[in-house]
Amino acid sequence: MEQKLKTDFDKFISMSNFSNQEIKLKKEALDNFLKNGFPSRKLENWKFSDIKQIIQKNIGELTFYNDYNIKNEINDEIFIKEIEHNKIVIVNGKVERLSFEYEESNKINLTTLENFNQNPNDDNSLLSLNNSFSNKIHNILVKKNYSFKKPLIIYQITNEKVSNTNINFQLKFELEENSSIKIINLSDDNSEKNFINNLFNFNLGKNAILKNYKIDKKSNTNIKYDYSSINQKENSISETFIFSSGSDYKKNEVSCNLEGQYSSAFINGIHLLSKNKHHEIRTNTNHLYENTKSYQLIKSVIDDSSKSVYQGKIYVDSKAQKTDGYQLSKAVLLNEQAEFNAKPELEIYADDVKCSHGSASGSLDEDSIFYLMSRGLDKKTAKELLINGFLLDVVEKITDEEIKKLLKNMIGLN
Amino acid sequence: MRDKQIEDLKDYKYGFSTDIESFKAPKGLNEEVIRFISNVKKEPDWLLQWRLKAFERLKVIKEPDWQKPKYPKIDYQDLYYYSAPKSFKEKPKNLEDLDPKLLETYKKLGIPLQEQKRLNGIAVDAVFDSVSVATTFKDTLTEKGIIFCSISEAIQKHPDLVKKYLGSVIPITDHFFATLNSAVFTDGSFVYIPPNVKCPMELSTYFRINASDTGQFERTLIIADKGSYVSYLEGCTAPMRDENQLHAANVELIALEDAEIKYSTVQNWYPGDKDGKGGIYNFVTKRGLCKGTNSKISWTQVETGSAITWKYPSCILKGDNSIGEFYSIAITNNHQKADTGTKMIHLGKNTKSKIISKGISAGKSDMTYRGLVDISKNASNSTNYTQCDSLLMGNKCGAHTVPYIKNKNSNSNIAHEATTSKISEDQLHYCQQRGLNQEEAVGLIVNGFCKEVLQQLPMEFAVEAQKLVGISLEGSVG
Repeated sequence: MEQKLKTDFDKFISMSNFSNQEIKLKKEALDNFLKNGFPSRKLENWKFSDIKQIIQKNIGELTFYNDYNIKNEINDEIFIKEIEHNKIVIVNGKVERLSFEYEESNKINLTTLENFNQNPNDDNSLLSLNNSFSNKIHNILVKKNYSFKKPLIIYQITNEKVSNTNINFQLKFELEENSSIKIINLSDDNSEKNFINNLFNFNLGKNAILKNYKIDKKSNTNIKYDYSSINQKENSISETFIFSSGSDYKKNEVSCNLEGQYSSAFINGIHLLSKNKHHEIRTNTNHLYENTKSYQLIKSVIDDSSKSVYQGKIYVDSKAQKTDGYQLSKAVLLNEQAEFNAKPELEIYADDVKCSHGSASGSLDEDSIFYLMSRGLDKKTAKELLINGFLLDVVEKITDEEIKKLLKNMIGLN
Repeated sequence: MRDKQIEDLKDYKYGFSTDIESFKAPKGLNEEVIRFISNVKKEPDWLLQWRLKAFERLKVIKEPDWQKPKYPKIDYQDLYYYSAPKSFKEKPKNLEDLDPKLLETYKKLGIPLQEQKRLNGIAVDAVFDSVSVATTFKDTLTEKGIIFCSISEAIQKHPDLVKKYLGSVIPITDHFFATLNSAVFTDGSFVYIPPNVKCPMELSTYFRINASDTGQFERTLIIADKGSYVSYLEGCTAPMRDENQLHAANVELIALEDAEIKYSTVQNWYPGDKDGKGGIYNFVTKRGLCKGTNSKISWTQVETGSAITWKYPSCILKGDNSIGEFYSIAITNNHQKADTGTKMIHLGKNTKSKIISKGISAGKSDMTYRGLVDISKNASNSTNYTQCDSLLMGNKCGAHTVPYIKNKNSNSNIAHEATTSKISEDQLHYCQQRGLNQEEAVGLIVNGFCKEVLQQLPMEFAVEAQKLVGISLEGSVG
């Protein structure tokens, strides 16, 4: 694999026009990845989902070279018609269209990054891989006191031109003081057996609001890793919603740093899994300052021989007095072969805090099914109704009414 | 002047050491030392081979390093692996034959043997360093067919039982410290309860670490045969020392059909001084196997001592309908560190487990609850309930919860809850208003916090443990 990585990297660099600074950083990132390789179960964070093995088993040999010179056609039919929105269209890891038609253009600054942060942690070599092979990184800066008028939908499309390929994509958002944005991230996969590695960076200034909804519904055989890093200043709010169902393997990782006081982070997620899908959500909320708040609600419905994993950590620094942290994960197992693993973790160094977590897993409640059947429903409908109610709880946490309605229809929960 | 008196009082109550000349094996860990131990204890050849096999394994495996509390590297070649008070070369037949100095030591500890024998109705198998001192109440137990003796004695007198069960729950191929224990264990307790016998009294061993630089490697084996019941108490104190002392014991419990074992521990080993110097490393492997159907094993622990406590008393629920329970209070103060919890491995059908863990950290200490609940594919209709609460006192300490939950069976239910908080100002205010001073108020609230676990302890222990909880937190508020 090492040889393949090196030759693909040389080819990639020669076919693109990166600056010397970028090439230098990309080389460093590659060296770091070569040193560590793909993460395996030996690392605590990958204990329940050994991505090294999963890639070997499902894809085998990966190609790391991805030709960003190809122009991809975009079929306008895929766009959501129910709501007016701004678009970023990404095809096979390449940004094909950036349109902010509903916004004031002088309030948004679009640039590409020359300098990007190197991956600080050895535990997650995938960030290094992303840094070394991703195309030009777009930076979207929302200026002070500006709120997006319409949501931004990021269409992440893959087409049949790629297979057995590693696609790396990276995007950065900077929200200045008092600004706000709503983002829907939609996956639309028409390719098979690729390893897709996404990295999103968000920096939230004072009083900024980020609402981020991530939807992965369309069934496909790709293996995906999606990392969101959110840094929050004073009084900022971040809301993340994850619907994870379509891909064969997916790990969503959200890391929030609450750096300013009164900042808060909400992460809610749904796993709706069947066949032999294997999905994981990992949340990392770091309370680094006084009076910060975080909330996580993760629910899983697991059928056939699928597997759902939730790893959640609340970290409270000794400075972060008066922290309020809550975390709840629930899972319903519908089949003998289904599996649920959880590791809800608390690491606390301050005494004046209120932190708790709960985790429950089991079958659907027989009494509830009996009750519904005695009211005339057949067993299948009764079960569906219960599952619907179980998951709706999470969807109801979405604070934007328009988007909530859209997503309810999209997911099929009513 | 007064300050000094208070300092003196605060010093470790059980911090003294008796100067009985020790009879030691040469320093270091090698085949000769193991042969020496085996030879001194007049062990049969199979056991020597067993020890050597463990030692071979030990050369290959590495010391684990994933735990939260880190400690300086231990030089295993710099330890004594066997020491016995000299006057014990010939074992005394009864209490009167004991070294008077030794009896004095126990008196200071608060367990005068003679008194206990007469008043308490508890049979005591006291371990002073590595050799069993005296075993009381043997007659009553013998009448019922109960075997309660040191493991060395059991190896001589009941080799079949020992051979059958030793290492059946903790195999010699287990982790580093368990394997180390298998290679060099010196003494410990052995209990066998025959079928359909309810042990009429609480069995108790008082552990004691003496002789400088001696890692104590206890081995305890408890077998409850079909339909039997036993309650076993373990309590520990250790003398004050500057060097860190390693304690790597193995405890194996086996419950056959319809049998029940209740194992309670009060651990108050020397935690090191206020600056974190000295103190015991408590790296103990405790594991119970619910082998038969309807069997039950319950662990109760009150952990207040040791510089580092690193242990996970576990239950393997192999028999159908078997039950595993874990009740724990862990208190850390000053520079103490604890990484403790349990593992509940559900293998049989209709198995149940319950985990109640209460952690209190004060001073500059660090406490971690780490647990595993694993329900396997075949364990249908199994349930687990876990509750772990942590209490923080001061902003220099840490409290962490790391539960691992694995559910592979759709008919089984797992529920887990955890909270972390501090003592509420309202509660403190209420108590102080009623005339309690701050320390008493804290003591009262903490006792309430721990009550669920304290209730599980046998009477004799419950009172002592309650006091211990108070003593451990002295000086941590205000």
